[in-house]
Formats: sequence, structure tokens, C-alpha cells
Amino acid sequence: MIILENVSKSYGNTGVPAIKNMNLHIKRGEFVFIVGPSGSGKSTLIKLLLKELDPTEGNITINNLNIRRIKKRHVPKFRRQIGVVFQDFRLLEDRNVYENIAFAQKVIETPNRIIKRQVPTMLSMVGLAEKYKSFPNQLSGGEQQRVALARALVNNPKILLADEPTGNLDPKNSWEIMKLLEEANQRGTTVVVVTHNKEIVDAMKKRVITMKKGEIISDEYQGGY
Amino acid sequence: MHFSSFFYNLKQGIKNIQRNKMFSFVSMATMAACIFLFSIFFSIIVNFRSIVKQAESGVAVTVFFDADLSDEEITLLGEKIKTRPEVSKIKYVTAEEAWAEYEKEYYGDAASTLGEGFKNDNPLADSANYEVYLSDVSKQTSLVEYVESLDGVRQVNKSDVVANTLSSFNLLLGYVSGAVIIILLGVAVFLISNTVTTGISVRKEEIAIMKLIGASDSFVRAPFIVEGVIIGLIGAAIPLVIFYFLYNKVIEYIVSRFSILNDILSFMSVGSVYSILVPVALVLGVGIGFFGSIFAVRRHLDV
Repeated sequence: MIILENVSKSYGNTGVPAIKNMNLHIKRGEFVFIVGPSGSGKSTLIKLLLKELDPTEGNITINNLNIRRIKKRHVPKFRRQIGVVFQDFRLLEDRNVYENIAFAQKVIETPNRIIKRQVPTMLSMVGLAEKYKSFPNQLSGGEQQRVALARALVNNPKILLADEPTGNLDPKNSWEIMKLLEEANQRGTTVVVVTHNKEIVDAMKKRVITMKKGEIISDEYQGGY
Repeated sequence: MHFSSFFYNLKQGIKNIQRNKMFSFVSMATMAACIFLFSIFFSIIVNFRSIVKQAESGVAVTVFFDADLSDEEITLLGEKIKTRPEVSKIKYVTAEEAWAEYEKEYYGDAASTLGEGFKNDNPLADSANYEVYLSDVSKQTSLVEYVESLDGVRQVNKSDVVANTLSSFNLLLGYVSGAVIIILLGVAVFLISNTVTTGISVRKEEIAIMKLIGASDSFVRAPFIVEGVIIGLIGAAIPLVIFYFLYNKVIEYIVSRFSILNDILSFMSVGSVYSILVPVALVLGVGIGFFGSIFAVRRHLDV
């Protein structure tokens, strides 16, 4: 599903690599934590997987597609296979919960009748059916992240990338988000979560990839932080 | 693009305008000023062209024949002149008609008494001629050269001053209007481009999310293009409405203020002017809006 072969990424002319000669294979339907200290290259890895950045060296293959070779005009279509969740939620403040989720379908030009059917289903799934008219600033952090998660999942992505999804949440809400991520994984979505949350990583017993200074220093199944 | 996406982008384009009320208003106002000035120049040009056309139709070249030319040869000569593309009308004037015209012009009401002595002795006996009217006064010289080269032509009278003045003024007016309009349109494109750029910076976060979710380039760009087109369209429509009411008032004022020129100045109706001005101005407005936003999107929206 996700294959990195000898991938390196350096920023600008500094020559200091954020990712160094990385090799990684994530299988379809896996749940993977990526952990490591700040500056270890975790966010760069997420950006490479989203094709926000291109590697300086090496190849990245996602769903049998070498994304380094994708033409610019085909990038949107590629990204439709990937759902993404951020630490700061990145919701549209001027739109309500329903509109934020529908937005993800609108931008890929899903017909209105499908949007009307799928958005309420997603809202029920994340437990926000009654708050569909609320605006982001009327929601708690946990609720906002659930909206972001619903938005990421509404297009049935094959892969879900979550960059510090619990970074701004209290433990209770963090666990709720993790539960939703696990449910998505059980439905077949490959989930990659970048996190600093030791308690969650240790408790969930998933594959844990530890990075340091742009390199993978450990890769354990049913591992811990 | 899906039908629902079209309405979505239209809605987002209108939202962009609402979000940047001030910039949008300034752009619309500038566009309105441009189209208003364009309408003024356009009206001056079409009216002047109409007046010139009318004046041109009154400018005639007079062709006199050799005295020994037969009627058949004169008819043949007339046929040859008539085939020229720059000729709009040709009129044969007999010697008697020429004298009657002369009498009327110089003796006025006393023509019947003062001209009595020439009743049986036409002083213009050899002055039968063709009055040749031109469709384009600037081509007078080439016509005169052609007619002079024909056998049987004794003399050709022409009016160089009128012809040259009319065609040069027409040309000058065209150049000046063209230059002013190009400058104004450039300013309008620049301002709309700036407004759309502001819209892009205001919606930076939304654009970033759209791109990450997998929105196509055209979907990301469409609302900004719609924004520019709407600004252009409204900016063009407002002055057209205002100018519609002003046009007749200005014409009425000119006609009453310069009544001495009423024989020369015959203005086009607002309907005739607007039948061309409305589509031209609206296409111009939409075009400026479209290209203004395209410039901004290309420069500031890396999708």
C-alpha cells in the first residue's frame, strides 16, 4: 500500500536532510503509529505521503502509484484516496459542522444527493448528529477533531493520515478520537498516526515506527513508545 | 464540471465579493468609470462617423466631358465610373440643369428676372456633367486619378480640403479614443486582479484544505474567476444604465446650444447606439473581469 524506497528529503540549500535514506513498507489495512522527538522528520514524512513535498531522492509508491512521477494535474485525483487530519483541526470557521463535512465532498464534485445521504451518516458515526448546525467556535476541541475526522473519512479514503490528532485534546477526547480511528481501520482504511502521546501508543499495541533525526530507529509490531 | 458545482462556485464567487466588500466596490467603481468613459468615446465615435458618413455623401466629384462626346459615349463613361467600388451614387446633370442650379444659387428669388437674358443662350452649354458621390471620402484621390485617365473627360472638380479634413479627423479620433480606452482597460484589469489577489489571501486556509482534500485545479480557481466576472459584469452594467439616461439629455443640450450646426449635426438615436454599445460593453466588462482574475490566479494560486 505505502512503500518508501531510499527516500531522502532536504530543505532548501542547507543540505541537512529532514528524512535520510528511509525505507518503509506499510501494508493495506495496517494501523501504524509514527513517533519520535520534535524535528525527527515525522511531519515531513506526512507531507511526502500527501505529495505536498517531493523527495530529494528515492521513490514513494502508494497504491501501486509512484507518486514522484505523477503529473501535477493528476495530484488532486491521487489525494482523493487519502484522508488527512491535523492537530489544529483546520476547520472552516465560517461554515457549520454539516457544511465542513459536505465541503470535502463538494470539492471533489460529489453530486448533492450523495452528499445529503453521506454527511448525516458520518455525523452519526462521530457522534455529532445533533450538532450539525453548530459552528467550529461553538464546539469543544474534541468535537472539532471529530468533525475533522468525519471530513477526512467522508470520501471513503483508502489511507488516513493523522498528524498529531490528539495534540490539542484532553485524555478523554484523545481516546475518543483514537477509538474512531481504530473503527475506521477496522472498516479497512489504512491508518497512519503521527503522535507524541505515549499513553495511547503503549495502550493500543499497534505497529510503532520510531524516528530520530530523519531516520527510522525502530519498527515494532504491537510495540510501545 | 457538475451542475451543482457550477452553482457552488457561483455562490463562492459571490461570497468572495461579500468578504472583500471594499476592494470589490473599488474594482466595480473603477470598472464602471472605465466603461462609462468607453461609452462616451464610443458614442462620440459612432456619432462622428455617422456625421462624417453624411458629410461624405454630400461630397461629390464633378466630371465634365469633352464637347464633342456623343450621348452614348457619355452613358458609357457613366457606366465605367459607376463600377468603381468607392462610388456610392452617380448623377447625370444636363447643361440646362447646371444653369438652373447656378441661377438658383446666385440670383436667388430674382433668378427669373436676372437670368432672362440668358434664356436662349445657356452660358453653361458645355457644362453637362456627372456628379459622383463617394462611399468613402478618403478614396477621392484614387477615384479622381482614375476618372482623369478616361478618354472623353475634360475636367474633374474635387474638394480635397473637405475630404482630407474629414478623413484625418476621423482617424485622429479613432487613435485618441483607442489609446484612452486601452489605458483605462489596463487600469481596470490591474484593479480586478488586485481584488482577486486579496480574495485569495483571505481564503488561503480554505484553499490549502481544498488542495489537500483533492480539489481539482479548476475547482479551486473557479470561484475567483466567477468573482472577477461578476465584478466586471456589474461594473459594466451600472454605467450603461446611467449613460442611457444621460445620452438623450446631452444630445438635447447640444442641439439646443448649437442650433446653428443642426444641419451638420445629426445624432444617432440611443437605441441605435445601444444596439452595439450594450453587447460590446458587457463583453468588455466580463472579459476584463475574466482576464484580471486569471492573472491573479496564475500569479498567486499555485494549485
